[in-house]
Amino acid sequence: MIRKTRKHLVQNEGLLFEESSPGKKAYQLPPLDVPDVDPAEALGGQARSEIEGFPEVSEVEAIRHFTRLSTHNYAIDLGMYPLGSCTMKYNPRVNEVVARTEGLAWAHPYAPVKHVQGCLEIIHRLEQNLAEITGMDAVTLQPAAGAHGEWTGIMLVRALLESQGNPRKKILVPDSAHGTNPATAAMCGYEVANIASNAKGMVDVSALTAAVDGDTAAMMVTNPNTLGVFEEQIHEVARVLHEKGALLYMDGANMNALVGLSRPGDFGVDVMHLNLHKTFSTPHGGGGPGAGPVAVKKHLAPFLPVPRVVLRNGRYELEENLPQSIGKVRAFQGNFGVLVRALAYIMAHGGRGLRKATLDAILNANYIRKHLAGHYDIHAEAPSMHECVFSDDKQSPHGIRTGDIAKRLIDYGFHPYTVSFPLIVHGAMMIEPTETEGKQELDLFIDAMKSIAQEVLDDPQLIKTAPHMTRTPKVDEVTAARKPILRWRP
Amino acid sequence: MLTSIGLTQLAELYQHLPDEALLHRDLDIEPGMSEYEIVDWFRSRGEKNTRFTASFLGAGVYAHYRPVLVDVVVSRGEFLTSYTPYQAEIAQGTLTTIFEFQTMVCQLTGMDVANASMYDGSTSVPEAALMAMRVTGRDKVIVATSVHPEYRRVLDTNARNQEMAVESFGYDAASGLVDLADLDAKLDDQAAAVIIQSPNFFGCVESVKAVSELAHKKGALLVVIFSEAVALGLVEPPVDADIVCGELQSFAISPSYGGPFAGVMACKEKYMRQMPGRLVGQTTDSNGNRAFCLTLSTREQHIRREKATSNICTNQALIALMATVFMTVYGKEGLRELATQNLSKAHYLGSKLKRNFSGPYFNEFVATPRNGSAAEANAALARRGILGGLELGDFYPELANSMLLCATEMSKREHMDVVAEVLGA
Repeated sequence: MIRKTRKHLVQNEGLLFEESSPGKKAYQLPPLDVPDVDPAEALGGQARSEIEGFPEVSEVEAIRHFTRLSTHNYAIDLGMYPLGSCTMKYNPRVNEVVARTEGLAWAHPYAPVKHVQGCLEIIHRLEQNLAEITGMDAVTLQPAAGAHGEWTGIMLVRALLESQGNPRKKILVPDSAHGTNPATAAMCGYEVANIASNAKGMVDVSALTAAVDGDTAAMMVTNPNTLGVFEEQIHEVARVLHEKGALLYMDGANMNALVGLSRPGDFGVDVMHLNLHKTFSTPHGGGGPGAGPVAVKKHLAPFLPVPRVVLRNGRYELEENLPQSIGKVRAFQGNFGVLVRALAYIMAHGGRGLRKATLDAILNANYIRKHLAGHYDIHAEAPSMHECVFSDDKQSPHGIRTGDIAKRLIDYGFHPYTVSFPLIVHGAMMIEPTETEGKQELDLFIDAMKSIAQEVLDDPQLIKTAPHMTRTPKVDEVTAARKPILRWRP
Repeated sequence: MLTSIGLTQLAELYQHLPDEALLHRDLDIEPGMSEYEIVDWFRSRGEKNTRFTASFLGAGVYAHYRPVLVDVVVSRGEFLTSYTPYQAEIAQGTLTTIFEFQTMVCQLTGMDVANASMYDGSTSVPEAALMAMRVTGRDKVIVATSVHPEYRRVLDTNARNQEMAVESFGYDAASGLVDLADLDAKLDDQAAAVIIQSPNFFGCVESVKAVSELAHKKGALLVVIFSEAVALGLVEPPVDADIVCGELQSFAISPSYGGPFAGVMACKEKYMRQMPGRLVGQTTDSNGNRAFCLTLSTREQHIRREKATSNICTNQALIALMATVFMTVYGKEGLRELATQNLSKAHYLGSKLKRNFSGPYFNEFVATPRNGSAAEANAALARRGILGGLELGDFYPELANSMLLCATEMSKREHMDVVAEVLGA
């Protein structure tokens, strides 16, 4: 039975360009207090004619347009987002308020450092907090996103190895890895070698030992891995790599399972990235902005991007003089506004609160795992951390696959879980509740999943054709790719 | 909850972790704070930054007024707290606004296709260079030194391991525009792309057509960057470029000490499948109504893994939405009027100062104090509550005594008169 949703009036909304009429406007500008300049003359004949097709709407039309469109979205503010690996937790609104603090939001990155001591203190404090959380020695906040952090991290690996005389040739990646890992390695000029997982879903140390040689630059490991399983032999993985002069990179996408409980720096990781929009609650915003800080051990610190924020005699400064630095990975000091939000989250929780959030996330995932066992096949017997991965093995004989169940879940008032990932699980259903959800929402989710399991037996067609409750039914993605229409035209 | 899953204490949740992996102490992070304490802490950090009554700093980050509607829209939880719109049935809001964004970027730049946005202007440049390399099969790019110095540094970092050679060509010391003769001399048939910025870092508006003729003659693509998007309201779009990339910070995105911003990537239709990043396309739902979805994802890392066009897996959706609302609020007439105000203000100030370059300029220009150094002039301005221009010596030793000044619609005449007085004295 569907308990969370019922029919609700949603308004249609066209495209801005179709709603425009000549002469309508939604802006006001003050009168010009200097002489008007003739564009044609000032620009050396390079003034443009009007911007063809650009919107012309009134203020009320503008706000209705975007408000109506907003109601066509699902969001955390509306309910649980069980997307495995994506860590869709609540985004505290105080973070939005502090990021808009006037003295911070209007600070210019080229203002002399004496005029931006407040910004530099925020950066410095967040670096210190993240170093403590990860057990690493130094942190750069410059990368703009997780994948950008990964790329920065592997560039650091390469710079260190080059300084030792040989950048080496390949990066090892477990078959359960995020797609960004091999893409990143390739972008840094490395070959990619896949390492098979063992029956427990963990890195197979004997396969690793066989694969590591003098050409191995690093291995990229996600811990807990994409099955939501802690790599119990991680010390051994690190030892095998280090013995051959290779480094251990950790994809910190799942760091929310470890904060306050276990530190990568203490289990052999040399370099890792964090996703502030996952573990540290900054909003996903429909796909960004994120921030992807990189934390390193001492031996990689000389290669970090410049400038570094340093505290000297009670004053914060920007240090450019790092001769071995890989350079700049992004202009200015990274996504500062995202950093502010992440620091606000850390300050709200404090050390103990962060650990409590971790344990709540693990408890929630295990609660779901326990209550759905028997209805869906759990993939790995190993204990779950912050997420659990089921397969559709019980449902596929009835012609229902993970993607079908995901779409039916929408009718029950939930965003789908992560579908068909990790790739090593056939028909994967990857569920991550985060610490955000209370028992009431979790129980609704569990009931929904059980109810769908029953529908698989009673009425598989109902699932095949889902969603039924949404404003927009199934979308034809095949035609979109075959005949791309990527912009509006009159 | 604990008992319902057969446990008695939370510690049992992690007892399978090897003991040496466990942290046996509390994190050394101060105890949790209340909402008021957090707001107060950040407010006091904001106050530690110097408050100026006016600023003439631009150089890639501009002070433009942010219409109220922008934060009203992006603060809606349905936009703020939604995920990447993979599930099209419950993400039409985000998908529709991205489709509108892509359309408006095309209208502004004169390109056929635009993606859903990049991290920022600086990181869009190496992505454009790599794209040009994929298109041409060549492995060298040639970059104008009048491209934003930080953008060039980011490109250099990318070039370290990409088997990409980066060469540069200069600017004309009199006009501040690209030195076409230098480009002609350095350009050969190994170049994948010529990369220029317009308005360039000095604020000068380049003749894109002249550069494109040189580039195309040698089979190279032309990449045109912009960092001041408001200029596109008034300056001819770079229709002769093959790829246009750049920064949308000017469109209602707070300076925020350098980010988050939103980058742009747009190109001619024939290069569409080599474009990195997310794309939203139009299609229909099963009722036959128009609908939108992410598309052409076979270029992307989650499908292609090590063969992907890029490892990028986000855009800057919420920031791009800010820009979308900004473009909607100003619209066809407003963006032009806004740009004209910027032009007029900058020319009011520029006409009173000793400008270094004769090339046409939009809202930024390089000037040299008539007496004393750029640093002294900035110090004098700071004493009067004004943040002056960017001193150029660190970036261009030959311009050691000059500064880059910017005026926008927010620059008041009285403050510009102070700048004129200090630099002209």
